This record gives sequence, structure tokens and C-alpha cells, in this order.
Amino acid sequence: MVRAVEGVSFSVEKGQTLGIVGESGCGKSVTCLTVMGLNPKRNTISTGEALWKGKNLLTARARALREIRGNEISMIFQDPMTSLNPVHSIGKQLIEAVQLHRDLSTRQARARALELLKAVGIPKAETRLDDYPHQFSGGMRQRVMIAMALINDPDLLIADEPTTALDVTTQAQILTLMKRLQEEFGSAILIITHDLGVVAETADDVLVMYAANVVEQAPVEELFNRPQHPYTWGLMGSLPRLEVDMERLTQIPGQPPSLLRPPAGCRFHPRCPHVMEICKTTVPELAESPSGPEHLQRCHLDQETKDREAAKILEMTMAETG
Amino acid sequence: MSTNEQAAATTTNERPEMSPDDLLVVNDVKKYFPITRGIIFQKQIAAVQAVDGVSFNVKRGETLGIVGESGCGKSTLARCLVRLLDVTDGEIHFDGRDITRLSRLAMRPMRREMTMIFQDPYASLNPRKRVGFIIGEPLEVHGLGTAAEIKRRVQELLEVVGLNPEHYNRFPHEFSGGQRQRIGVARALAVNPKLIVCDEPVSALDVSVQAQILNLLKDLQDDFGLTYIFIAHDLNVVRHISDRVLVMYLGKVVEVASRDVLYSEPKHPYTGALLSAVPIPNPEKGRNRKPIVLEGDVPSPVNPPSACRFHPRCPRFVEGHCDVEEPQLYPFGNEQVAACHYPLERWPMGPDEMRRRGSARSPEQALQT
Repeated sequence: MVRAVEGVSFSVEKGQTLGIVGESGCGKSVTCLTVMGLNPKRNTISTGEALWKGKNLLTARARALREIRGNEISMIFQDPMTSLNPVHSIGKQLIEAVQLHRDLSTRQARARALELLKAVGIPKAETRLDDYPHQFSGGMRQRVMIAMALINDPDLLIADEPTTALDVTTQAQILTLMKRLQEEFGSAILIITHDLGVVAETADDVLVMYAANVVEQAPVEELFNRPQHPYTWGLMGSLPRLEVDMERLTQIPGQPPSLLRPPAGCRFHPRCPHVMEICKTTVPELAESPSGPEHLQRCHLDQETKDREAAKILEMTMAETG
Repeated sequence: MSTNEQAAATTTNERPEMSPDDLLVVNDVKKYFPITRGIIFQKQIAAVQAVDGVSFNVKRGETLGIVGESGCGKSTLARCLVRLLDVTDGEIHFDGRDITRLSRLAMRPMRREMTMIFQDPYASLNPRKRVGFIIGEPLEVHGLGTAAEIKRRVQELLEVVGLNPEHYNRFPHEFSGGQRQRIGVARALAVNPKLIVCDEPVSALDVSVQAQILNLLKDLQDDFGLTYIFIAHDLNVVRHISDRVLVMYLGKVVEVASRDVLYSEPKHPYTGALLSAVPIPNPEKGRNRKPIVLEGDVPSPVNPPSACRFHPRCPRFVEGHCDVEEPQLYPFGNEQVAACHYPLERWPMGPDEMRRRGSARSPEQALQT
């Protein structure tokens, strides 16, 4: 059995953005699919609860979930090339999304689709409504995906690596767009990414995941100013940066573990430079850091070492060029 | 010859001065892919101008980074350089020798001198061959040693790239993405090349593994005095590894400069836009960042825009000039060259400042076009 996600808790408030960071295979996407009830029922076991406005999504019936999906909660998937249906025009797909949840005539739904395409900045939206996905570029398709996700004014938008497949300039366009739409519609956003830069710029709170566990959870500024977990340090140190000269990147040795047989004790211990005896046997609790209950971390290290290491990382990564 | 003249000389269409420092000199290279119609009588109706008149040089022991968005011709250029593709026009001089039109046979010994690391570590290793064979094959092809010698060399290489030499008999699927990329590096290194062309070697990897590979490439360069051409779309990565950086847009070079100059004083508006678009992993700085948002997408290389290819998306576009007269690569001192009529005066620059007063286009208008 693969334990893809274990003991993850978080909450998102209206108008807020929560970022989930981690490397591939750490359970970021599975977390979101579980919340949305999109894991195949046949071969997954989900426990715990996902409360949406007081209702538990994990035990909700399929029909009730369908009412919520695409309406109150919607999702943007990672790959804009494969998440649109290639045999239907994007207009048809957008109209379907509206009509599933609202009692609107096709004409009205079409007007709504057009409005959204304009809102996400697709040029000549009137003529492009009847185009097929292959006639759009990657960035444009991702915009169509965003338009589709926003068409029913969702209260929560889950974005699973929304810009990973895109070029930097397109990424900047999409992130700016998401920010603007959040201001306009006041939706909450859950953004999954492996890019610390994207998190730093969009999220209010951050969850760092490693091998199916949350290893650190904090408000974004707190996380970047006082990182408490060796894995977070590793991530920050291994990032080449535009504004900082680094002769050598701090590398995290080894590979992420297989979730079929995760290491005993702290799951990061085989790769951790600060590993102690206790780490190999006892799983650390997700505990409060000295900064308060907002900042949680899962590490046995004593506070003094943590502060010293965090300061080292900060000094290295914040140093200005020249 | 002063540095300025040198920069100018390599960028005009004249034959560049070959300096003994240059390992690779590329002169006005073009690669067009024909689009044909008809089954029996094939008629060329158009061409994808993937690389269109690119000139640059690479000095011995340096790393030249090539950046640009997807579809700008980076990978095509890489393949042309190692003669995996034949160029349509232009010249490539490697180590003082014109290799542009060498026959396959004549090219073979040259392939020992220049090797390549590919982007996708999953697709670039033959799944049916053992690692030992994959890394040893170039040695065998070039007749470098007996079977026993090759085996010893392969094990040595595995060690050099940080893999266990005992994994000699494993298949690629038994390795993770980062380890496979190490195998790719070992294969490229096997024949002791002078130049390694790295085509997006870390794009498919996670950040922690990416850092391992970048550190490895740097160490190998120091140990073996390698020269790299490093292609990537990630500006952070390119800055980290390169000595000089070349920016491409739609098959053309728009700017070349040493790393520090390019990242602190970009001259071409496209370079500026690219730099401003990179998210900064620092909440305080990152949130105040004002990206210069380029409107629209990269145009099709089948029918590229007239004159300056960047003009339909450029915030500094001046009608009647940028769309009529093609800018040459103008020198700016410090060996920096940029192909722009209205280069940036300073950096950083906000999106509003960047827009020239003479520029006819407002962002709203740009959206509609």
C-alpha cells in the first residue's frame, strides 16, 4: 500500500491563498484530489475529514459532490495540453460548465463564456470561442482552463501546478491574472507548486510537504525569514537565484524515498545533514515553533541549532549581488 | 583588436576573426525546415525559420548559456552545432576547422570532441541496454580500448558522476530521474570531449536533484577543463552556471553579454521582460516586483514579423522604424551586444517607464491586436 498522504491538516479562508510546496511524489496533488473527491473510490482509502462550509466532502455522496465541484470549488490542472477535451470547441466546453450548475439558456451561457474569455485576456474572444483546443498555444489553453474554473464564481480555486508547463513570460501573465481575479471575486486559492518563487509571490500561508507528510507550515514571510526544518533549508539552498551570487548550491543528497516503504522515524533522516539517533526511530510531532502556533514544524533538532542553521541559509540566500 | 571591435566583428555578417581562444565559432547559421505540399510532386510552400542567422563564439573553458522561450530555436541550434541536423546556411568552425559540410565519415572523429547531454533522461537512454553498454558505446565506436579497458573506464566514469560503479549491469529503469541524468553526463564525458552541449539538462528534475546535477557539471568543468554550451529556459539556472549568456527570440540572437552584465544591465527589452518575469523566492522583494507583462504569444516562425521580430510584443515599439528596419547587434561595451533600436537606458525599469513616449501602443490596444 502506498501511503500517499498522511496526517495533513490545513485550512483556507476566504480571499486567502495557501501554497503547498514539495518535490514530485510528495503527495501535493493527491492531497487536492482527495479534497475534491477525485481519487478513484475503488482503490483508495481516505480517512479524516475535509470540511467545506461545515460539510464533510470525504463522506459526501457523489451527487452532492457534483453540485460542489466546478461550482463552489473548482480546479485548474497542471497540464493545459491534456486537460481540455480535444474533440469539442472550447466554447462548448465552457458552456457545458455553466449549464451543469445553472439554469441558463445556451445563449446566456455563451455570453457568460465570452465574458470569462475576455476576463482572462484572450484576444478576439468572439471568434476564438468556436476554436478547438489545438488551435491555442499552451499559455492560451491555460487561460481557457482558468476561465472554465472561474466561470461559476467558485469560492475556492485549487490550482495544481498552474504554471509549471509554461514559459516565464507566460507564467508572469497567468500569475498576474490569478491575483487580479482573486481581488475581483474574493475567492480562496490553494496553489500547488514546486517553485518557491511562485509561492513567495502568491501565497499567504505555506505548507511544505515531504514524503506524504507536512514538515513545516507557516505564514509565508515567517517561513522565508525563519525556516525551521532541514528540508526547507535544503530547498532554499538548492535554488539558483537571479539576485544572489552562489558559487555552489547546497544540495540535498540522495533521492526522495519510495512511499511503499518510507524510512522509519523522521522520513527525511536519510538525507538530513543534521541527523541524530532519535531521528532514525521516532517520528517527530508537528509541533509549534517558538514564533507561535501559526508556525508548525516537524523536527527533533534543538532550537539553538535550528536558529543557527536558519540564519546561515538566510545569509547565503539574501546576500545581494556585487 | 579592442573588445568592442571584436564584438562587432562577430555579429556582422563578415567572416569573423578566428582567435585561438575560440573553441567554437558560429557564423550566420540558418536552419529552415521546409513545409511541403503534394505527394508525388512535393512543392515547398513555406519554411519554418527555426534558426535564422545566428552568430556567436565560445571560448575555451567557458560556459555559454542560451536562453529563450520554448519554440525560439534553442534546441534546433544545439542540434545544428553538433551536426545532428545539417544547417541550411552559414558556417560552424570547431577548434579551427570548418565542420559545416564535413561528410559523415569525416565528421566521426570530430564527434569525440563534442558531445551532448539531452533534456529528457527518460527518453535519451535506451531502455533495453545496460548502463555499462550505454556509457561504453561511444568508446567502442571510436575504438578506444579493449573490452576490459572500456569496462574499467566506464566504472571510473560512474564513480566520477557519483553513481555506484557496481551498478554497471543495471538497466536505466532501475534508476531515478536524477541518476539517469548522471548516466547521460557520464556518456557525454566518456570520450573526453572538449565541448559538451547541454540541452536543458535539468529542466525535468526536481530542485534538490537539479542542484546535484548543476554542482556536478561545475565540478566536472573544473576537473576536466570542459567547455559547455548550456541551453535552458530557466534564467536562474542559466545565471548560476554560465559565464556568458545569449538570449534568443524566434530564431534570432537578441542579446549577448557576460553573465553579470546581462543580468544587471540588460539592453534588449525582451531580456528585460524575461528577467522581470522570474518569480523571486523572497516574499518581501517578490511582492514588490512589477513584471513587464508581454502581451500575446511568440509568433509563428513560419511567418515571422517583419524587421525586428519582437516588435509586435515590444513595449518600446516605434511604428515606422522597428517594423521596417531590422536592428543589427549593436555593441554596448563590455562585449555586450543587443539587437534593438531603442535599448533600455537603465535597469531595473518598471513596466510604465519602459513604454516609450513615442510608442503608439497602450496595453489595451496591444490586447486587441
